[in-house]
Amino acid sequence: METLIHQFFNLDVMLQAWPIVWRGLILTLLLCLAVIPLGLIGGLVVALANTSRHRAVRWVTVVFVDFFRAIPPLVLLIFVKEGLPFAGIRFSPFVAVCVAFLLNNSAYYGEIFRAGIESIGTGQMEAARSTGLSSFQAMTYVILPQAARNVLPDLLSNTIEVVKLTSLASVVAFHELLYSADMARSVTYNASPIVMAAAIYLIMLLPVVRILGRLENRMST
Amino acid sequence: MSSWQRFAEAFLDWDVIVQYLPAIGSGLIVTVEIAALVVICGIVLGLVLVVLRSYRITVVNWLIIAFVDTLRSVPPLVLILLLYFGMPNIGINMGGFVVVWLVLTLVLAAFAEEIFWAGLLSVDKGQWQAARSTGLGYTQALIYVVMPQAVRMTIPPLTNRTIAITKNTALGTVIGVAEIMNEATTAVSFSGNASPLFVGALAYVMLFVPVVYLGRWIETRFAWRKN
Repeated sequence: METLIHQFFNLDVMLQAWPIVWRGLILTLLLCLAVIPLGLIGGLVVALANTSRHRAVRWVTVVFVDFFRAIPPLVLLIFVKEGLPFAGIRFSPFVAVCVAFLLNNSAYYGEIFRAGIESIGTGQMEAARSTGLSSFQAMTYVILPQAARNVLPDLLSNTIEVVKLTSLASVVAFHELLYSADMARSVTYNASPIVMAAAIYLIMLLPVVRILGRLENRMST
Repeated sequence: MSSWQRFAEAFLDWDVIVQYLPAIGSGLIVTVEIAALVVICGIVLGLVLVVLRSYRITVVNWLIIAFVDTLRSVPPLVLILLLYFGMPNIGINMGGFVVVWLVLTLVLAAFAEEIFWAGLLSVDKGQWQAARSTGLGYTQALIYVVMPQAVRMTIPPLTNRTIAITKNTALGTVIGVAEIMNEATTAVSFSGNASPLFVGALAYVMLFVPVVYLGRWIETRFAWRKN
């Protein structure tokens, strides 16, 4: 029991590791601020392309979505960071993470927005168009606001997943929370910094998970 | 033309692909093994937890909720590193394969429990009462009447979540499990060519595209039950 506490809940080690873990946390938050909006915008573009009149455009979006939903984000990230340099395309860790996440998250957010748009009856679009709005205006002012509200729990749930996914950035040596904690672990030979990182993720995401649970219950009843 | 040549040289070097195909094939088997074990154990454990929770024993429910919320909030990679590097310090050596299996099983169990629980709550109270009035005990009513209906309703969200968690088997590469990605990156560093990485990514796509389609089919197949 004592070794367990010493190895996993060692306050001295945690205090020692805190400055570096703190810097990691800041970078994790910055990364979230970059990849979540990018993914939302990408997803919106994908969902709108999916409503296109041209069959080829729709076909491309379906292939895009299925491909990037099938490939694990870590595989994509390693491919972008370690594979593309062989073709002369070199990214910094931050940009590599942004590129990989943009592709992956656009597919996921895109599917959610698509479900939202499909949940709005065609009568809405017809009514909006009949008032003289262009189809772009009808989409922006009439369909999308309702669609986004219908899929709010799914958007939130996916955003939680995105925040958790940012921990993958540690694999390509971006100095975010998990990378910093793991570095502290390897220096101190003690797992407490990782426990601390886990606790930080828990504190950040638990309230959102709880709100999500309540939101899902309210939407279903 | 030259950019295409450059791409082909970097990613489609046939000799390199042939040389490392067996290694990636064995990685594929490891990936499928972990994935299958995770799906089976995770869903069974999720079912066990939801049955336990349905008895509404306060202390047990607190523990289950704490377990579920923790595993839903903490990234799996954090847990994998924690177990892989932390446990040996207290004398428990599990090896990478077991660590990945254990972490992903627990994560899937947590999500599955939450999904099953939502399904359980959505089963009409009358079903409980009718079942009990025919003389079934609580557990019998739960297992024979309520759970079958609840589970059916939860199939679409459960499929999606299961696919997402199974894809996390790729995380094993970080702690040296010899799955597809690990074999591929090793091959890249030996051959100095990115073709194995390309083949590895392709292997994942071939593995999971059918699963994504299956998920989509299941979703439409069961969608009408919501209304």
